[in-house]
Amino acid sequence: MTDYIPALSAHEIARKVRRGEYTARQVTEAVLAHIARVDGCPGQLDGDPNAEPDRVHAFITLTAERALAQADAVDAKIAAGEDPGPLAGVPFTVKDIFTVKGTLSSAASRILENFIAPYTATPVARLEAAGGVILGKVNLDEFTFGSSNESSAYQPSPRNPWNPARVPGGSSGGSAAAVAAWEGALSLGTDTAGSIRQPAAFCGVVGLKPTYGRVSRYGLIAFGSSLDTTGSLARNVTDAALMLQAMAGADPHDGTAVTLPVPDYLAALPRGVEGLRIGLSPDYFRITYPDPQSGELYEEPLPDEIRAAVMHAAEVLAAQGAEIVEDVPMPHTRYGIPAYFVISRVEAASNLHRFDGVKYGYRTPQKVRDLHEMYRKSRGEGFGLQPKLRILMGMYVSAAQYSAQYYNRALKIRTLIRRDFEAVFDPQGAYRLDALLTPTTPTPAFPIGGVYGDSVLMQYADQLTVAANHAGIPGISLPGGLNAEGLPLGIQLLGPDFSESTLFRIGYAYEQATAEEAWRATRPLVVR
Amino acid sequence: MQEEISPEIFNHMVELAALELTPEEAAYLRGQLNKQLQAVHALQVIPLDEDTPIASHGVPYPPEISPAPRADEWHPDPNREDIIAQMPAVEDGYIVVPDIPHEELE
Repeated sequence: MTDYIPALSAHEIARKVRRGEYTARQVTEAVLAHIARVDGCPGQLDGDPNAEPDRVHAFITLTAERALAQADAVDAKIAAGEDPGPLAGVPFTVKDIFTVKGTLSSAASRILENFIAPYTATPVARLEAAGGVILGKVNLDEFTFGSSNESSAYQPSPRNPWNPARVPGGSSGGSAAAVAAWEGALSLGTDTAGSIRQPAAFCGVVGLKPTYGRVSRYGLIAFGSSLDTTGSLARNVTDAALMLQAMAGADPHDGTAVTLPVPDYLAALPRGVEGLRIGLSPDYFRITYPDPQSGELYEEPLPDEIRAAVMHAAEVLAAQGAEIVEDVPMPHTRYGIPAYFVISRVEAASNLHRFDGVKYGYRTPQKVRDLHEMYRKSRGEGFGLQPKLRILMGMYVSAAQYSAQYYNRALKIRTLIRRDFEAVFDPQGAYRLDALLTPTTPTPAFPIGGVYGDSVLMQYADQLTVAANHAGIPGISLPGGLNAEGLPLGIQLLGPDFSESTLFRIGYAYEQATAEEAWRATRPLVVR
Repeated sequence: MQEEISPEIFNHMVELAALELTPEEAAYLRGQLNKQLQAVHALQVIPLDEDTPIASHGVPYPPEISPAPRADEWHPDPNREDIIAQMPAVEDGYIVVPDIPHEELE
């Protein structure tokens, strides 16, 4: 049987290209043709949000010529008998928050509408050096500020390939939608509160947020510098591991990229879960919501369909030999979002002060009296609502008279969140966990227009993922089944610092053990 | 709902943030800020030991995994023209900006 190339996973493509079954050009052409069929018009400034509502709209910029040239370079290496790299000919997309030399690098914001990056981000350069082929830049929430992609200045924003009336999640929504819809086998994303894992859960793909410091942030347009991480979106665990392998490691351009050696992630995959201790915490089985009228927070149980997916995963892993540890206390999980409202906004406000219409990016075309008016107009016209909101919030909670009450307190609560994880992962502690198994999201993908505008409710979409960003630990979201409406459900594994290898191992064991379950054979609507 | 951020505080912050807003934007943003602060108030009820240290980041950076600081050296960028090409207004290699007002500091 002939392959439908766009449906192949990254490791299959790399193997076939290396063996000469396909050329990298054949693969790239096949995927570009597939994109032309399913993606529809790319997001553009002042674009119609309702254009082609049955298409994916993952892209802002498709770089077809560049992709074909890269593919030819891979083929030339193979022809010359050289090693084309572990990602030989693997087509991938890049969230448009990373700089790629010579491409529009927009952060999905008008304020960078004309910014052609003069340099390439380290993780992108490493994926290219490994033989990967960049298809283009995919959409996101403006400056990554959101959980649905609806805040992008480039419309239409991406739609969920399983049901285009639903959001793909965010902020790496274009990445997750592209991978789910076979528009590239891999995508490079970022995760500051759940921005890789939440869209991965919504789109039924694998999303890895590595440990803070595992992958360089050089060339990532910064949001929350102490929380931002660079990671992989893929259709299976092997591909996510392959991608991390190519990206991870120290970088002279990023002082937070650690010098810890990068383990062989692929070799660890088949080791199974025998003897691993995997925890379940009641604090991840209840969710917090703000009341739409009063703003008061109230708790409710996790929806049954999501609880069932997590419990099923626990049973599957137990049957594979893992020890399931119940009633693990994670008492500060519920404060993750309130603390994030403070910490991330302070960092965002600081990072967004650089966009001033002077050195690069958007400058108002209006006549202005002086420099100050130019700043105000350029920023007022260039930023959308979400960046403005984050700048103002960050300035307020860090102002001299309020910072003890807000910013300082939030940083102390961050310590408590970190201590929750340290206690349960402590090899000499009471729980001695190798990983925690949790749901990724409190709901499946919500309807487009269902939440956007309510910035508090939108932020609570990240309530089960954000603690990992406060703590810096790694987390992975895995497809965990489909609900009655056919929407994907995500399960999450969280582990101690630099335990990506263990998370991949558990994820791979789960994937293998559930390979024959009926839902695994179901494809997203747009590729049926 | 309690309005912690009054129109006066809001306008002051907008000025400091160098943002020009439409009246509709201002109304929406001030409403959302107050709503977010309400959510943040959940932090006030957590019993907190006075000695609890702050965490400015999650992962510790012991010397064995921390990169050595780079040498403090100046390197010319090879892409000078690409960088200058990004500038909104340039003349003879200098960035052009509107008049910079001079204010008497009190």
